[in-house]
Amino acid sequence: MRKLTLLLVLVLLAALALSPAAAQDDAFVIGLLMVGPYNDNGWSQAHYDAVVYVTENLENTQMIYLDRVNPADRQGTTPDQLAEELLDQGADMIIFNSDDMKDGATTFATNHPEIPVIHASGDQRWEEGENFVDLPNLGNAFPGMEWTKLVAGCAAAMTTETGKIGYLGPLINDETRRLTASAFLGAQYCWTEKRGMEAADLEFRVDWIGFWFNIPGVTADPTLVSDNFYNNGYDVVISGIDTTEGLVQANAAAEAGATVFNVAYDYDLACEIAPDVCLGSAVFNWRPMYLAEITEMQAGTWTPKFLWPQPDYANYDDVTMNSTYFIPGTALSEEAAAALEELKSELAGGLDLWAGPINLQDGTPYIADGETATLEQLWYLPQLLEGMDGQSVPE
Amino acid sequence: MLKNARVVGLGARLIGIGLALAFVALILLATGAPPFQAISLLITGAFGSTRKIVDVIATAVPLLLATSGLLITFAAGLWNIGIEGQITLGAIFTVGALRLFVDSGAPPGVAILVGMVAGMIGGGLWAALAGLLKIYGGVNEIFSGLGLNFVATSATIWLIFGPWRRPGVGSMSGTEPLPPEFALPQLPDMRISAWAVVLSLLGVALVYILLRGTYIGLKLKATGRNARASFVLGIPTSRYTLVAFVLCGLLAGLAGAVQVTAVYNRLIPSISSGYGFLGLLVAMLINYQVIWAIPVALFYAALIVGSIQLPIQLRLDSSLAGVLQGALVLFVLIIDGVRQRLRERG
Repeated sequence: MRKLTLLLVLVLLAALALSPAAAQDDAFVIGLLMVGPYNDNGWSQAHYDAVVYVTENLENTQMIYLDRVNPADRQGTTPDQLAEELLDQGADMIIFNSDDMKDGATTFATNHPEIPVIHASGDQRWEEGENFVDLPNLGNAFPGMEWTKLVAGCAAAMTTETGKIGYLGPLINDETRRLTASAFLGAQYCWTEKRGMEAADLEFRVDWIGFWFNIPGVTADPTLVSDNFYNNGYDVVISGIDTTEGLVQANAAAEAGATVFNVAYDYDLACEIAPDVCLGSAVFNWRPMYLAEITEMQAGTWTPKFLWPQPDYANYDDVTMNSTYFIPGTALSEEAAAALEELKSELAGGLDLWAGPINLQDGTPYIADGETATLEQLWYLPQLLEGMDGQSVPE
Repeated sequence: MLKNARVVGLGARLIGIGLALAFVALILLATGAPPFQAISLLITGAFGSTRKIVDVIATAVPLLLATSGLLITFAAGLWNIGIEGQITLGAIFTVGALRLFVDSGAPPGVAILVGMVAGMIGGGLWAALAGLLKIYGGVNEIFSGLGLNFVATSATIWLIFGPWRRPGVGSMSGTEPLPPEFALPQLPDMRISAWAVVLSLLGVALVYILLRGTYIGLKLKATGRNARASFVLGIPTSRYTLVAFVLCGLLAGLAGAVQVTAVYNRLIPSISSGYGFLGLLVAMLINYQVIWAIPVALFYAALIVGSIQLPIQLRLDSSLAGVLQGALVLFVLIIDGVRQRLRERG
């Protein structure tokens, strides 16, 4: 027994000696926790690419990351525990990249007041918001996808022949309600104003899978939900989940002879998977925000902020400036592409599609005629809008 | 003579462990990863700092509870595959009980105590169901266990997306979190509850005493060794089968309660974290000897915690730890089988 103990100690010492050194001493180490795989062609990859961009454009920085940070893939762990694993490897700041990590991000920031934390997609730092937590080291970042989804909705409305648009929704919360509603408002605007059709002739249906991506046996399968749309006359599906099933299944249906399209989401290169059916991608570009924030952190001048930047229409195609934009896909018709350009210049000129009268799905007036939604009304949209099919809140 | 046999047994086990390590090393070599670095990372990732050691112990708590329970059902000759569902039902009952105390003004200690007891009852009932199906329905516990696991998962998902959801939110992520005071108190600056550790050690001690030094334990073992003979000799084997299931279910339910009160503070889809199935592996690896449950459960917990460093530092998938956990059992059983064969020939 004593020999066994000795052997164990020796193995442990050998392991300690062999273990690779932690991150380089003087570099500023960016720790990134991603909810999905780093190469998901979607939400998580957009973060991964942005942090790589920061390390390439900011001297003396490096990245460490852990992906698939979710209870299905990393059973028995919590996001704050996993953030501490990055801390052990020398992380000087942590990015929590998912709404799902909200509690973990707050817990971690509370326990490590000296480590700057960015929670992507949260509202803890928003003083006017409903969930304000005054922590000196916890900031939020979320590109203004609400405005980009207007364009995504327009792309769908300009393309549909059946007048039926599907929305592949993730889980239901404030964020997904307002993004889905934005896509609907953009679709309705282009359907009526650009195509001259009747608003009542546009069907817009949301089906939710229950999480940001497929968890077999737990969520609805996004592959089946997409197929269900394409098989039932919804010839354009707008994707709202972290991964690309909507696009992949559009491609499969097109190869079988159907005329269907998908509007991709999250990632600038998403369309490359299936360019023939991709109308474009509504892109989160985290590069400018992360570069600015991490530059300040490295210099020691950072303060936590609530960042929710609208599209920078003056520098729309400049990835160093603009945090969210719509990249048209090759499947987009010339006429549709022209309509999108027109919409973009209208939005740049001050067009607000969140203008009243807007009713909630159950008919309750939400934005009165002549008024526009405040940022709080937009962020905390309590239901889908009148004219949209699908669940507003879980039943 | 007895001591000799022990040494040979231990030697055989070490050979099995060595083969398992070699097997994992081969897999790593085949994928072009450095095997020594990976294995040393597993170790440093688990024991490299106080915080990590604490995480290992915290991870071992529910695993140890599940393993203890399984040692009882194994002793009675039962394959309690339904343990995952029993942990899950424990968690559901705990969350359900704690929800009753929200805004009740009752002291949190009372709420937690009731929650833990409710968890044990939940696990016990779910296990009793498997037992009754076996005794009165003639359903093999492996099949009923699998079925009951599915039902438990479905119930969890229904509760998360339905009655226990966060207001205005429909997400499989988890239910509305319980008030923080309904969590077991943690040691300062550490993610561990001394209460949970004590409970798991009590669980092991109880099972040790039960199987070693009690009349019930003896009858359980007799039922396990040869149910027909035991029955003929006057042991009510059906009753003992049911007792084994219920005792295991109580411990599994406690594991579920610990998952809620010490780790997640709410219900999530995979609330059992796979500790039930892992407990089956641990029980098999230790050849059903209670005394080894603690070190081996700690070792398996260390693999779980240590494996987190694999993707961070080597871009390797953490599931490698699972491969090692499975391979260990497989090779130790193979060696046992080979020894058996040799003995029969000799």
